[in-house]
Amino acid sequence: MADSPAPSSAIASIAAVEAGLAAQGYIASRQIATAVYLSQAIDKPILVEGPAGVGKTELAKAIAAWRGLKMIRLQCYEGLDEAKALYEWKYAKQLLYTQILKDKLGEVLGGAQTLHAALGQLHDFGDVFFSKEFVEPRPLLQALLEPNGCVLLIDEIDKSDAEFESLLLEILSDFQVTIPELGSIAAAKPPTVILTSNSERNLGDALKRRCLHLHIGFPEQRLEERIVESRVPGISQTLRRQLVAFIHDIRTLDLKKQPSVSETIDWARVLVLLQAAELGHEVVKDTLNVLLKYESDIEVALPQVTTFVAKAQRQNIFG
Amino acid sequence: MQENLHRFFRAARGAGVHVSPAESIDAMRAVASIGVADRTVLRDTMLLTLAKSEDEKKALGACFDLFFAHVDPAQAEEKDDAAQDTASNAAQAAPPSGQPAGGETNAELGPLAQMLLAQNTADISAAIANASSAVGLSEIRYFTQRGLFSSRMLETMGIQRLRDDLDTLTETNPALAERLQTGLDGLRDTVRDTVAQALALYGREETENLRHEILRNAQLSRIEPRQVAAMRALIRQIARRLRERYSKPRKRQRRGHLDVRRTLRRNAAWGSVPFLTAWKRRHRDRPKIVALCDVSGSVARVSDFFLLLIHSLHDVVSDVRSFAFSGHLIEVSEILEQKSAEEAMAEIMHKVGFGSSDYGSSLVDFEKQFMASVTPQTTVIVLGDARSNKLDPRADILKAISERAKRVVWLNPEGRVTWGWGDSEMPRYQTFCNVVRPCATAQQLERAVSDIVSAYQ
Repeated sequence: MADSPAPSSAIASIAAVEAGLAAQGYIASRQIATAVYLSQAIDKPILVEGPAGVGKTELAKAIAAWRGLKMIRLQCYEGLDEAKALYEWKYAKQLLYTQILKDKLGEVLGGAQTLHAALGQLHDFGDVFFSKEFVEPRPLLQALLEPNGCVLLIDEIDKSDAEFESLLLEILSDFQVTIPELGSIAAAKPPTVILTSNSERNLGDALKRRCLHLHIGFPEQRLEERIVESRVPGISQTLRRQLVAFIHDIRTLDLKKQPSVSETIDWARVLVLLQAAELGHEVVKDTLNVLLKYESDIEVALPQVTTFVAKAQRQNIFG
Repeated sequence: MQENLHRFFRAARGAGVHVSPAESIDAMRAVASIGVADRTVLRDTMLLTLAKSEDEKKALGACFDLFFAHVDPAQAEEKDDAAQDTASNAAQAAPPSGQPAGGETNAELGPLAQMLLAQNTADISAAIANASSAVGLSEIRYFTQRGLFSSRMLETMGIQRLRDDLDTLTETNPALAERLQTGLDGLRDTVRDTVAQALALYGREETENLRHEILRNAQLSRIEPRQVAAMRALIRQIARRLRERYSKPRKRQRRGHLDVRRTLRRNAAWGSVPFLTAWKRRHRDRPKIVALCDVSGSVARVSDFFLLLIHSLHDVVSDVRSFAFSGHLIEVSEILEQKSAEEAMAEIMHKVGFGSSDYGSSLVDFEKQFMASVTPQTTVIVLGDARSNKLDPRADILKAISERAKRVVWLNPEGRVTWGWGDSEMPRYQTFCNVVRPCATAQQLERAVSDIVSAYQ
């Protein structure tokens, strides 16, 4: 483990986390940085909750890039089970090998006089067909087998079934899994685990207890400006200010789906492409569909556009 | 610090945050690695390790601010020099405004009086903190205990001696006595505030429980308008509890009965040698509910809460259709699903409410338009007092419904004794119901709905 200096070194401080993530283009709030630092300090997974598009998945990617670790992603969905998440026996390979070794087995067992003796000889071979060679590791097991550690992202855990949660418990608290034929497999180096959830259903207490609970909401205006600055380099300061102020106003409306950070960034890119120098009444109306994803939301927002644009423009003078 | 953290965990539990021992250990470890120097970081750390939902985060954040708002004795010691500064400031400020004579007579006075006259805020707050731990202030649970704890704390601090001092001083040095009296009043205020704060920190849970207990057993039809919001919250809580209890997986394996068809199909790949066995499963139905609610007069409020409860059970109940009636009957499922509880009820009331109830014609309406919604899996719930103003009750329609449905449950907000008296048609309807029960309080409501849902398990 000593031969890989960067990944194995501990994180020095919360400020170091902030700087490291910022270098990867992820502007973290103080709370996010604290969570990342703590997860490292006391070896706990982080459970990230929050609305869609606030950068829950991005966080894992940024940590992986910053620490120079491999990222292993497990996308959860309804019906996800052990065979797809943890490990599977390579059934076809096992079958193929028994067919190929048929003659060999015949030879080996040929010497046995009685059925009993043949059985005894078979037992001597042990579990050749249930050894590590025949195990197909799935994301969770892969993460444990990674020699330098890795970032394990368990995405949208709320989409999976309650049974799957229980399966995760052993991995999350002890960083090991038990395969009945092989015994327990412990992690070479505990992975950094990030679980994300959109709160579609309530997660079990047992799972929550094992995690640090981080809620990422919509960022404050200043923070969001910094995020846009880092993600959309070509944007002018004036436009950036106005755009973020406008989006914050939009979020005060009663909408089906609030625009989140990813939409802010998309919109900023669109505006840069359209070469808008500042937020104008017309350009906003034309591009509102980038920001709002439902027809009914656009209808709610349209009458307010003029007011909000005017407000955003004033923002620039005083801000 | 450890002691302080323990007290904070207890306060957090009081604020409704579920802090298990394992979580408190995590928090301790986190604090150990992060230090206590930066309060915002400490706050973030607590929110990360202890709170497990957004609501909990809010509650815990408020609790944290409240808890660390008052000066801890430990912190007062840690920030010794800071306290010294304020003390010396106070000392400098005191002589010009106060009387220089203060120092001379002090020797005869008790320690508390001296402290008050010196106006040493750090010492006073330390004394208050000592007194509060001596009387076990963190054990406070009910607001009625405030007076008791305040007087106990003052006694511990030596108010008896202070009173004696005050008496002697009134004779010898009235001016000084006046100052002392002002100091004492200030002290009383501070102690009262400390106790109030402790109650806010530690007593919240118990007070809440007590209030809930009263609310659960209050007559739904007679609660005051200001309690409606609290009652709605309570109903939501009940709904959550029922959801947790009954939304368990609906497939239970029943070992012992081989499902031959599925086994053969599954093993077709290897010539139907049954390597893998499939067992018969028993499927549990989700409850299907048809609710008929009387929204006339005094029953309206109970119907309101009942509909709120039934419609917040969507995880457990697959299909609910609700109908409201007084003079005639309409379907209200959509209104309830699309609008907030308050708006929906207002609209329902606007459409059918407040008429004089006519069970007969409402049942006719139901038979004409919605009879098809009753299937052999359906539980039909009727909520009403069965007071039909001497009109034809049409119990024959209820009989027809009961023949089609799995069960008919009648919930009556009136007590059993009044059934059959006056214009109550309860006895005639009763014959066609599987279950009849009074349902006047939140507790009875919970039990009734719980029974209905558990009949499907």
